[in-house]
Amino acid sequence: MIYDNNAIRLRRNLLIDIAKLVMDGNLFEDIDRMPLTMYPQRSDAVRCCIYKDRAITKYRLMAILGHRVENETDELKLLSQYAREALDRQEPATPVLTVIDQACSACQRGSHYVTDACRSCVARPCTVNCRRDAIEVTNKRANIVQEKCINCGLCVKVCPYHAIVYVPVPCEEVCPVDAIVKDETGREHIDNEKCINCGKCMGACPFGAIMERSSIVDVIGRINGDKKTVAMLAPAMAGQFPGGMKKLTSAVKRLGFDDVVEVALGAELTAQNESKEVAEKLSEGTALVTTSCCPAYIEAVNKHVPEMLPYVSDTPTPMHYTGQLVKNDDPDAITVFISPCVAKRQEAIADPTINYVLTTEELGAMLVAAEIEINDCPEAIFEPPASSEGRTFAFSGGVTKAVREHLDETTEIKPVQIDGLDRKKIKLLQAYAKGKCPGNFLEVMSCEGGCVGGPCTLEGVGKARNRVTDFANQTIEKTPQQ
Amino acid sequence: MTNITVKICTGTTCYVMGASQLLSLPQLLPEGLASRVLVEGANCLDFCKNGQHGKAPFVQVNNTVIPEATIEKVKEAIRQAAETD
Ligand code: FES
Repeated sequence: MIYDNNAIRLRRNLLIDIAKLVMDGNLFEDIDRMPLTMYPQRSDAVRCCIYKDRAITKYRLMAILGHRVENETDELKLLSQYAREALDRQEPATPVLTVIDQACSACQRGSHYVTDACRSCVARPCTVNCRRDAIEVTNKRANIVQEKCINCGLCVKVCPYHAIVYVPVPCEEVCPVDAIVKDETGREHIDNEKCINCGKCMGACPFGAIMERSSIVDVIGRINGDKKTVAMLAPAMAGQFPGGMKKLTSAVKRLGFDDVVEVALGAELTAQNESKEVAEKLSEGTALVTTSCCPAYIEAVNKHVPEMLPYVSDTPTPMHYTGQLVKNDDPDAITVFISPCVAKRQEAIADPTINYVLTTEELGAMLVAAEIEINDCPEAIFEPPASSEGRTFAFSGGVTKAVREHLDETTEIKPVQIDGLDRKKIKLLQAYAKGKCPGNFLEVMSCEGGCVGGPCTLEGVGKARNRVTDFANQTIEKTPQQ
Repeated sequence: MTNITVKICTGTTCYVMGASQLLSLPQLLPEGLASRVLVEGANCLDFCKNGQHGKAPFVQVNNTVIPEATIEKVKEAIRQAAETD
């Protein structure tokens, strides 16, 4: 889970401000002034000076308007021009993440340092054990010779005073696939050939230099337009606001959506069809079937573990099925999928049943801007309600449980779970694909805890999970169709 | 010794700005204080409405409003309230 910090608060405040401007019809008029209003003359600068703060704010706003900051060609181009392009645009574009080069502090390469806690002891296990001869003792203190150090971390382990620390580059550290790398100036860039859109770097950067390209202005524009708009709330949304899914649904309606549906309905179809597929494939002798619903995982397979491809389930995701249900009803409806996920943006761009993706944060910002008090909203009634198995897709283990419930005695699954992707897990997946998987059904979630632990959550995993479970328990059980 | 009332706003604005993490306050209070403090979640306290009180999330400790609340800021306000009592 991501802990609250000022970079997150800053981003949310900007989202709220922009949402307000669009809702009040003042976007074009007021947006160019925003960086100045935030950092007026003679105010305290957060960075070196207010001019830099203002410049970075401009780029943040560009990202919130859905633009890719790296694509700027003319520094004089005004935010109001970007805003016009945003409202004219017909669909979102890739890549979904963007790096604000100016905001990146070009952190030092990840290195080990000796802190003041070093007592220059007699034992000096650091110097004795270092295999690269990278530690010298000068001025009664151990010192690491950076040119020799290979960051093996042995000195950290052997120091009796815990005096040696590793200072990482936060974004690089969390990226499971080494997709974020420094250029010659030390600033970070995302390599889109490698990036799986998991969003981990965005939460990790202490300077807020990595942002997603928001669709918030597009969606508000669509709500005000003449086509029917349908909000699709992912199962994880039941955990994200006080008052749970029922009040949230009414609140989302008040934003002006013509309809709100729960994606748990689509999750039921995923569970049904995936279980059929599992039964079929296992009976045909396939050694392994792995889930298809986490888009960051699927991207990881495509880009980094292609050996796993033959084992990935062909069953469409809950988002897709739900989009299809809506479009079957009204092919012209504008579908807006809402969840705590960043990677869904990419999945949606390739899926014709989904028009837009919003994150929990963007939805929250819209509710704040529209001054909708969720606590005061009535509890919505779900007609038809999704089953509890559809609703619990939101957390790790939920998919496995749902698939299992649909299988009959003739199919026996031995489930294995990967709960959260990191570098080690990618290696593990590579081994699993080569036949080393200890089970025959593999559920993988990029975020720890599942979707309730997504990069754009407002709630901690534990509480979110409890709320999702509560909501799931409130449904009438349907008999699974075999 | 009177009780200290702490209201953690869970209105939409405060929640979006991070109030959920403040709700773990009761578990983080030192023992001596915990027994005197009454922590409750509250609907929108209206501090978010005109900007005059600063920025969300808001917490109210007795009659003191804490803008941009963090667990530490709230704890400090509780300590002060306990001392002036
Ligand atoms: S939402 Fe907290 S004061 Fe209004």
